[in-house]
Amino acid sequence: MASTSESSKKSQGLLHSLVSHATEVESPATKVYVYETPVRLWHWVNALCIVLLCVTGYLIAAPPPSVPGEASFSFLFGNIRLIHFAAGEVLALALLYRVIWAFIGNSHAHQIFLPPVWSIKWWGEVWHEVRWYLFLVKVPKKYVGHNPLAQLAMFGIFVLPLFVSVFTGLALNAEGEGIESLWYQAFGWVFALLGDSFTVHTIHHISMWVIIVFSMIHIYVAVREDIMSRQSLVSTMISGWRYFKDDKE
Amino acid sequence: MTSPATFYDVFRQQGISRRSFNKFCSLTAASLGLSPAFASEIAHAMETKRRTPVIWLNGLECTCCSESFIRSGHPLVSDVVLSMLSLDYSHVLMAAAGHQAEAALEETRREHAGEYILAVEGNPPLNEDGMFCIVGGRPFIEQLQEMAAGAKAVVAWGSCASNGCVQAAKPNPTQATPIHKVIKDKPIIKVPGCPPIAEVMTGVLTYMLTFDRIPPLDRLGRPKMFYGQRIHDKCYRRPHFDAGQFAEAWDDENSRKGYCLYKMGCRGPTTYNACSTVRWNDGVSFPIQSGHGCIGCSEENFWDNGPFYERLASVHTPLGVESNADKIGVATVGVIGAGIVAHAAASALQRARNPDNAAKTGAGE
Repeated sequence: MASTSESSKKSQGLLHSLVSHATEVESPATKVYVYETPVRLWHWVNALCIVLLCVTGYLIAAPPPSVPGEASFSFLFGNIRLIHFAAGEVLALALLYRVIWAFIGNSHAHQIFLPPVWSIKWWGEVWHEVRWYLFLVKVPKKYVGHNPLAQLAMFGIFVLPLFVSVFTGLALNAEGEGIESLWYQAFGWVFALLGDSFTVHTIHHISMWVIIVFSMIHIYVAVREDIMSRQSLVSTMISGWRYFKDDKE
Repeated sequence: MTSPATFYDVFRQQGISRRSFNKFCSLTAASLGLSPAFASEIAHAMETKRRTPVIWLNGLECTCCSESFIRSGHPLVSDVVLSMLSLDYSHVLMAAAGHQAEAALEETRREHAGEYILAVEGNPPLNEDGMFCIVGGRPFIEQLQEMAAGAKAVVAWGSCASNGCVQAAKPNPTQATPIHKVIKDKPIIKVPGCPPIAEVMTGVLTYMLTFDRIPPLDRLGRPKMFYGQRIHDKCYRRPHFDAGQFAEAWDDENSRKGYCLYKMGCRGPTTYNACSTVRWNDGVSFPIQSGHGCIGCSEENFWDNGPFYERLASVHTPLGVESNADKIGVATVGVIGAGIVAHAAASALQRARNPDNAAKTGAGE
């Protein structure tokens, strides 16, 4: 019984029970609309920005070999920084838009911002997922949104470092604009919180590596789960629909 | 010896003509970056104001601030010390010693309470009840707090007083503490640097004496006129930075061409100071101009953000291995990458070994 978007809306309550008793409950739905357009758009804009930011950011800390000739004929390093700042501002605005969407979107939209760390049952499911990845569990559970381990990883090594990157980045950008600028008035507090400019640079740099490590795991697990688990992943972030492979037609 | 009442009296007593006096006022206005109209305001202030007593205390420090101060060219330090202020106590410059000196300190504290400026070079170590720095037979922290209580304002000379400097670097065994953490109830003007530029020091004092107020300060309490921009913002090598032209070694071709020292660890982009504009030794040069990167001496934690000749700071990992962000990052990526490959192989193996499991999943258990 293939579901339609209206049946997916109807089964919201059912989906929650599906999340909690994934192995017991026979799902009536074979596909569910999970990621709304703004979430998907954010995901891919983010992905593009992160690639641009990591490449240019790495080059800013470790500049490419010197260009020959007169300084006035080249603006290579300036352009690398320009791309970094522009992509950073897009990333920051996209994050703002995503945070707003977390309030107005569907129930999955705020999942990565609020892992229920107070719930013992949720930690039990995290543990179940850990065992699944350690090959200790043969059959995975089904999840409409992120599985609990994914949710924890998204929050801990993606959302948090992303916020750190964005705020330290905006503060460093404010320094370039000058201490009298509006930028500095808006983000100068970061220096009061974290210390001198150089320390803020170091924190910004470390957060890049955390996001790179996250991205590697994220891409691997998404592809692996797409093949090994019971639900679709990669196509879900393109179309928004989650398919459950083992549900009978 | 009766001390002359106003600054102008001092000038006249020393045989300085009215004309020279006006020249001094114009030069001071220029060195403070003020418009020519302020020269007459400075002159008026000099003619009417009484000399402000200044107490200069030395805590845990190396005296480089005093050494820098006495080399000021605009205004000349002799003008500042002998004419502009009444320097009642200073280890380096006073003639008195021992009980006589301490008596002068006590006299200023009593007779000019609420009027004197307290200039502090160095900082108090708080560990072991302050016993790591003894001045006049007592821990420095006691002298500092006693004198700060009656001060009009406090000037924190140098990185020691402003942010702790080298003696506060990790692990800070003496618990050296910048003065704004022990003096809470007085306005503090931080003049960081190791040492600060001489003209910055005399410029700050001149501003305070002239306008009888503290200069506009930034978020961290530093005078904006000298610490409002990074060295990088006004560096004459900046075009090479934007072009992407860097010295790769101290003795390479690029270094000889005067390319940007960013790759050699120059801290200009993260350091707020006036070195690239005011420069040192009466405007002769500054570190970057002489081919050495900035070490960021006026910034907090500059000593912990080393090594000075590398772009990235050492990061102290819990394992105790000193590394930097990139080394840790690359190592982590390597480990995670290897883990992913191993996990993918194991996953494929499991799938190959249990094809029925996969089929079962596909068929819905």
